[in-house]
Amino acid sequence: MIFAFGGNVLLATSFYVVQKSCHVRLAGYLAPWFVVVGYNFFILIAGTGYLLGVTQGKEYAEPEWYSDLWLTIVWVVYLLVFLVTIIKRKEPHIFVANWFYLAMIVTIAVLHLGNNPSLPVSFFGSKSYIAWGGIQDAMFQWWYGHNAVGFFLTAGFLAIMYYFIPKRAERPVYSYRLSIVHFWALIFLYIWAGPHHLHYTALPDWTQTLGMTFSIMLWMPSWGGMINGLMTLSGAWDKLRTDPVLRMMVVSVAFYGMSTFEGPMMSIKVVNSLSHYTDWTIGHVHSGALGWVGFVSFGALYCLVPWAWNRKGLYSLKLVNWHFWIATLGIVLYISAMWVSGILQGLMWRAYTSLGFLEYSFIETVEAMHPFYIIRAAGGALFLIGALIMAYNLWMTVRVGEQEVQMPVALQPAE
Amino acid sequence: MTDHHNEIDSVSGRTTTGHEWDGIKELNTPLPRWWVITFYLTIIWAIGYWIVYPAWPLIASNTRGVLGYSSRADVAVELANLDKIRGDKMVALGAASLADIEKDPALLALARAKGKTVFGDNCAPCHGSGAAGAKGFPNLNDDDWLWGGTLDQIMQTIQYGARSGHAKTHEGQMLAFGKDGVLKPDEIVTVANYVRSLSGLPTRKGYDAAKGEKIFADNCVACHGDGGKGNQELGAPNLTDKIWLYGSDEAVLIETISNGRAGVMPAWEGRLDPATIKAMAVYVHSLGGGK
Repeated sequence: MIFAFGGNVLLATSFYVVQKSCHVRLAGYLAPWFVVVGYNFFILIAGTGYLLGVTQGKEYAEPEWYSDLWLTIVWVVYLLVFLVTIIKRKEPHIFVANWFYLAMIVTIAVLHLGNNPSLPVSFFGSKSYIAWGGIQDAMFQWWYGHNAVGFFLTAGFLAIMYYFIPKRAERPVYSYRLSIVHFWALIFLYIWAGPHHLHYTALPDWTQTLGMTFSIMLWMPSWGGMINGLMTLSGAWDKLRTDPVLRMMVVSVAFYGMSTFEGPMMSIKVVNSLSHYTDWTIGHVHSGALGWVGFVSFGALYCLVPWAWNRKGLYSLKLVNWHFWIATLGIVLYISAMWVSGILQGLMWRAYTSLGFLEYSFIETVEAMHPFYIIRAAGGALFLIGALIMAYNLWMTVRVGEQEVQMPVALQPAE
Repeated sequence: MTDHHNEIDSVSGRTTTGHEWDGIKELNTPLPRWWVITFYLTIIWAIGYWIVYPAWPLIASNTRGVLGYSSRADVAVELANLDKIRGDKMVALGAASLADIEKDPALLALARAKGKTVFGDNCAPCHGSGAAGAKGFPNLNDDDWLWGGTLDQIMQTIQYGARSGHAKTHEGQMLAFGKDGVLKPDEIVTVANYVRSLSGLPTRKGYDAAKGEKIFADNCVACHGDGGKGNQELGAPNLTDKIWLYGSDEAVLIETISNGRAGVMPAWEGRLDPATIKAMAVYVHSLGGGK
């Protein structure tokens, strides 16, 4: 979901936004197509690899060396297309969304190269061995893994927020100064936070300290985005009643605020000693992935499809409303089940009897999770149903939606 | 772009920055004060934390922090505390015989507690976390034992397993009467129904009881004993007690008789230390069916 759905949303919106906000067409004739097709080919070979058991065993970085090499080529072309489009822009300044997109593209490239250097066993085999060993490998992995969250799922989707919320609300961005300060603070601080994934491991204490303290300092820079997203609605709050698309994006920003408070909290070592390895982490990740990334993506797609296909509006706002409520209910069920189950799990794991033995065996904790996993599955199913409703709605928008007249051809996006 | 520098947003009363992209403008709102203060506070807190705890790398080492904290030292303290609680007692448990443990309430309580945790980690995958068993894996809560239910017998089964490959393991298995051509298919059906009749289960129409008894006597009694009461020496189950390891349906019995059964219980000697095995035996014995 992260790389296939999230990645394609980022490609689609970044190509759209950069053209609109730079007032030029994308650089290159074939290059943007190469990026879109090439990226999805990467998803295809990576995804089929999973089914065949081809993996380097690194979380969020499972694809083996040949997929990694291919992605590197695609990503460099993506960077070039984006950068050259910005360079030839007709606007004097670069729009804030483009800073975030560019930060995402550059940093993901660095992370990808840092985490994946490996030596293939043969040219015709999928197996390879990673260059890093032991705790260095673990540190590289979580430097990558946490910043994949930071730059792919946060910076990239903040870019979406910065264009689509003001556009949809028809209000100016709340604070230019806040956008600059929180952008640089976020970029500078996020990259240090990875070690909080390795608390109480063989990672040296000093590294754990830095990971934790930078995560705490990251709290306000993250919330800067939330403030700018929410406060942009001042003067347009009434639209939340009538526009479910805007409502979706605003709730998404609320989930963003919630999970970016929860994250620094969980990075504190004493909290982490309870939450680590439990479903609490799963709950945290999904309030971000489903609530923030999912909803802001849905909101952007609901805006983008009518614009890109030249439609007056969506096929049905009522269906958007259904999508919103079903998916919100799904997320709430999902994450609250995971919170309860995670805390329960953490408490069971650390419980000792008076005789000095662990009170519960692992299998007993698994049995205790059972009801929460059913709630989780129900929540996930609701979220999926919501997404299917959206797919139908967008499909019908393209097929039967009323044509918007007089859109200047030169401004149409390339896709 | 046109110059919007002095343009004032009518809703907020603030000026815009003068930038505009695709209709999107920006307000000149200053940074929210609470945001700045909280941001500074987190930075101050971080600096304080760096002073107190190990934090910054130096050329060959790192800053140690004024507390002299080390997570390794913390773990050592925790382990020492645990050792204080249970260390001596575990030594006593290791030295005691099973009979001693039975007589000493403190040792018994310790062995059960230890046995419970070890059971959860090692035995539960097959026997279930409540030891209720599953198809092919005996229920350990009842008083029906394949290899005997005294403390010593349970201990022996845990130590060496059943058909585990260990030199001292329990051997003996249910033969494959069909596959090996000892019994013909119709004879297997007949004897399967006879076995069902031993525990009062209904038999199929037209089943010849006398013939079933004869087949049973010729082939099964050697292990399962007269009347099918079983034989713990050979691990041959009692067929009359309505407790079934693989199931009592005719089809399952036909499968059992045709293909035989030889479930494996691993030997735990060498994997777990003797005191732990002893504790496990005590725990299993205490589940309800110990003899």
